[in-house]
Amino acid sequence: MLLIYCPYCEETRDEDEFSYQGEAHITRPLEPENLSDTEWGDYLFFRTNPRGLHHEMWQHTVGCRKYFNMTRHTVSYEILETYRIGEQATVAPASADSATAEGAC
Amino acid sequence: MDKYSAFGLAKHAAGYHENWQQAWRSPNPKQHYDVLVIGGGGHGLATAYYLARNHGIRNVAVLEKGYLGGGNTGRNTTIIRSNYLWDEAAHLYNLALNLWEGLSQELNFNVMFSQRGVLNLGHSLQDMRDIQRRVNANRLNGIDGVVLNTDEVNAKVPLLDCSTNARYPILGASWQPRGGTARHDAVAWGYARAADALGVDLIQQTEVTGIRKSSGKVLGVETAEGFIAADKVACVVAGHSSVLAAMAGLRLPLESHPLQALVSEPLKPCLDTVVMSNAVHGYISQSDKGDLVIGAGIDRYNGYGQRGSFNVIEHTLQAICELFPSFSRVRMNRQWAGIVDTCPDACPIISKTDIEGLYFNCGWGTGGFKATPGSGFVFADTVANDAPHPLAAPFTIDRFYSGALIDEHGAAGVAH
Repeated sequence: MLLIYCPYCEETRDEDEFSYQGEAHITRPLEPENLSDTEWGDYLFFRTNPRGLHHEMWQHTVGCRKYFNMTRHTVSYEILETYRIGEQATVAPASADSATAEGAC
Repeated sequence: MDKYSAFGLAKHAAGYHENWQQAWRSPNPKQHYDVLVIGGGGHGLATAYYLARNHGIRNVAVLEKGYLGGGNTGRNTTIIRSNYLWDEAAHLYNLALNLWEGLSQELNFNVMFSQRGVLNLGHSLQDMRDIQRRVNANRLNGIDGVVLNTDEVNAKVPLLDCSTNARYPILGASWQPRGGTARHDAVAWGYARAADALGVDLIQQTEVTGIRKSSGKVLGVETAEGFIAADKVACVVAGHSSVLAAMAGLRLPLESHPLQALVSEPLKPCLDTVVMSNAVHGYISQSDKGDLVIGAGIDRYNGYGQRGSFNVIEHTLQAICELFPSFSRVRMNRQWAGIVDTCPDACPIISKTDIEGLYFNCGWGTGGFKATPGSGFVFADTVANDAPHPLAAPFTIDRFYSGALIDEHGAAGVAH
């Protein structure tokens, strides 16, 4: 069970209050009508899905209902930071090998 | 390879079972293979087996970073069915079901395939409309299925709470008699032994650390033991597909999530079929040992940790206890998770890639076990001919560019 700090409510709350919204920092194309099928497919469906640090979007569904971003490790599940929409991550994605946690599987 | 038989059992009994041969060799990797299969789970081993048996390609190795069948093959809830909605998926899963029916004989290994039937419960009028539509579609595709009403469901599974004031009222179910369960480990072992007998090298404890390619063509893979050259590399690594794709500079339309299951203490026989409910996110059967095998949902966030969140199994067990009030005091024995590679349309990717000689079979998400034989069959064909098998053709990665998705979220549900 994760404990998540909402950067808007400025409180640490239980995971149950939040919902996961997928990879962060995927920019909607400015001119969708000019994209090729490949570019549009890439935008819609293709993800990095890293084993390691992941920037992802969450929503404080039963709290302030606002979206925010998080940097989390996908093996240890350690949350390194949460930050507001529009702000930049301070922890950059690292390679999967730098996994700090149990090396399990 | 000695054939397993009643006679052989008697012969070895006379020798106090001290002279059983090893089920497969543990060879050192060769310098070069025609095909390298990465991933020694059910799908990978089946791929290697069918490459050797159907296509005569025997210079094949299966690379496994842990032990054979130690990933999702050994972690699923062993449910087998083929009642998918859309033609493409129905044909693929029904090929698998047809293969399941002869698999123990073909592999000379008892995979304990038990056609005890699968119930998919409906709890609302909309559930029942969806079930009727799906069963009708199944029957048009030659897949067995009937719609049952509440009384018929209750007659099959007396322990279900079919009263009108139940928390999740049961209005009916779809019933696929040919569905059932199989012994998951035995599937991996059976394919491994049969593939080994045809000359396939099974190389365990060898993790792939890189994929070497040159001018758009795959050359082989890097491992901790050194470089292994191959004409073709077939990746069948489920939850870690994106990691392997990244080694080749590709991205896939996948997200990896932990999917949990748990088993109870052993009970006397009380549930002789498989009961699934998509609406309440739970499914349950009883193993031959007597454990209740219960499957939960995925953790919503991406994760590679093979454990799951408590709130997910709590949610599932609440539902199971509402459906089966008599199970409320059953104690749970073990809980675990596997990493599933979920696809946006809940259908697999069986595909060539932009890199010549590199193939992916992934995206089975929460429901790959049931497809093991069919998956290996069509993927081996795809790899051998460098062109999609007719049943695999709708499942290429190109569908995420063309938009020809096969939306099986309804039939796939959580279950598996």
